Amino acid sequence: MKQTQMPLRGLRWLPWAVALCLPLVLDANTNGNLAYCLLWAFSAVGLAAMWGYGGILSFGQTAFFGLAGYGYGIFTLNFGDNWFESWLGLVTGLVISVVVAALIGYMIFFGRIKGVFIGIVTLSVTLVLETFMAQTAGPQWAIGEARLNGYNGMGGMPQLTIPWPGGALTLENTSFYYLVLILLFAVYAVMRRLLDGTFGLTLVAIRENPQRAEMLGVDIRRHQLLVFVLGSALGGLSGALYTIWGSYITPSTMGLTAAAMPVIWVATSGRKSIGGAILGTALLVWLSQNLAVYGSQYALILMGAILLIVVLAAPEGLLPFVVKHLRRLQGRAGRRGSRARFDETLKQEEGKS
Amino acid sequence: MTVLLETRGLKKHFGGAHVINGIDFSINAGEIRCVIGPNGAGKSTFFKLITGEHRPSEGSVYFLGQDMSHVLPHERIRMGMSIKFQIPGVFPDLTVRQHLQLSLHRAKDDRPGSIDELLQRFMLEAEEHVFARNLSHGKKQWLEIAMAVSLGPKLLFLDEPVAGMSIEETHATGELIKRLSASGLTMMVVEHDMTFVKQIASRVTVLHGGSLLADGPLDEILARDDVAEVYLGKKK
Repeated sequence: MKQTQMPLRGLRWLPWAVALCLPLVLDANTNGNLAYCLLWAFSAVGLAAMWGYGGILSFGQTAFFGLAGYGYGIFTLNFGDNWFESWLGLVTGLVISVVVAALIGYMIFFGRIKGVFIGIVTLSVTLVLETFMAQTAGPQWAIGEARLNGYNGMGGMPQLTIPWPGGALTLENTSFYYLVLILLFAVYAVMRRLLDGTFGLTLVAIRENPQRAEMLGVDIRRHQLLVFVLGSALGGLSGALYTIWGSYITPSTMGLTAAAMPVIWVATSGRKSIGGAILGTALLVWLSQNLAVYGSQYALILMGAILLIVVLAAPEGLLPFVVKHLRRLQGRAGRRGSRARFDETLKQEEGKS
Repeated sequence: MTVLLETRGLKKHFGGAHVINGIDFSINAGEIRCVIGPNGAGKSTFFKLITGEHRPSEGSVYFLGQDMSHVLPHERIRMGMSIKFQIPGVFPDLTVRQHLQLSLHRAKDDRPGSIDELLQRFMLEAEEHVFARNLSHGKKQWLEIAMAVSLGPKLLFLDEPVAGMSIEETHATGELIKRLSASGLTMMVVEHDMTFVKQIASRVTVLHGGSLLADGPLDEILARDDVAEVYLGKKK
């Protein structure tokens, strides 16, 4: 059994190795675009943890995405663009998303809101934020030096820099790609460790039978709140990195279409697979970006079609579906090999007698 | 004898329906107490009032001398209660080993053994890596009991532990419960199967119409006319 699974386990590292080497053969601009495809994966990982493990379907990833993005913008536009301030801006964006997620999560879980109503509440939160930000176009809507700018979007935010001999080094294109990749790997490793351990088991138990989980002494609401805040913070990380990448953020990042995208990526990739969520999201965003060249409506139609096909043909998600079938094929090949060896031995025994 | 669990004047009504009508009840440490009664006697409601799933309309539950009125279900578990549900509440997507990993992680002080020891004790070694959804009904029941025991409880509630089991499995479960009792574990068992009750219990409590009808040694209780009439449906 172990022998048949070893090669597939090895395959787990292949996408990371490819991601590590890609910038060596691509130009800086393309690397920057790849970073864009990868940065959405944080939000997807957060949703996979919430939904796939905890059974909490949240449409609110975009709310925290927007809060962290605007948080980064407001902080850096007011406090400068030195390397320290840029990183502090990133942390500020994350802290804002964590605090708001904790407040909303507390109201949801300690208010005993369950199932589909969690989706409705979180969708409402992101739409309220979008609606609010949409009417901030006037000059009176400014926080210090930062104009919110309504649908025109907030722009001019600095990129991340690091201190370097001979002047600060701006993280853009290839260097930004590697930053995103390192962060993504760190998030992957931490989430795998967390979700493969007793925290993950507890979440699965809560998802499958909350009453039984409670009778094991599990504080259900605390665990649900924890995974909600964690997942939302990852949504925030995506938002902050998005704002850094494009030096721009707009209320549409918190709109209805945007809110549906993480759900589509995670449902398509496999909501119980952290690696699948990363790989699937990066590929779907890349596909969507390329199709958008011919018209953004095509990308949306394709996303909808992919989701429909996957839900019908592989409800557990594409990557788990592929892995399951590869394992089945391996098992068949293994059984065929054993059969051939058995026949060979039988022939030899018959020859002797 | 230390009184582990006590109820005083426990009542529960749902609207106009009075389901539990003032039950005074107690269990001493080290006892196996079977609670029996015909359908509708209020056994399950009584059970849920003790575990905190329902809140009493009147009266109180005391565990280790402490009033449980404002103690949440999961906090009661942490204090030393543990429950095996009537319908196996296993987690379909977790393996047997993962179930025990999870429940042992929740155990505080008195861990009753390692995962391997529990697998052996509850006859689940062969199913260690099997997903709970693929277990037979009897094995699910044993896994439930193993999870409840692995929390290292002071008082174990078993709600119909042998429901749906074969005769062999029922007997094996009885022996298992007797071994647990010999190790000093206090148990309250709600059960219909009288053969099983006779196998494990020395003392029974009979509920009828939401009230405590009889309480005492098994032989004496079964010899009573009123118990025979309400429980077995016949007059002696």
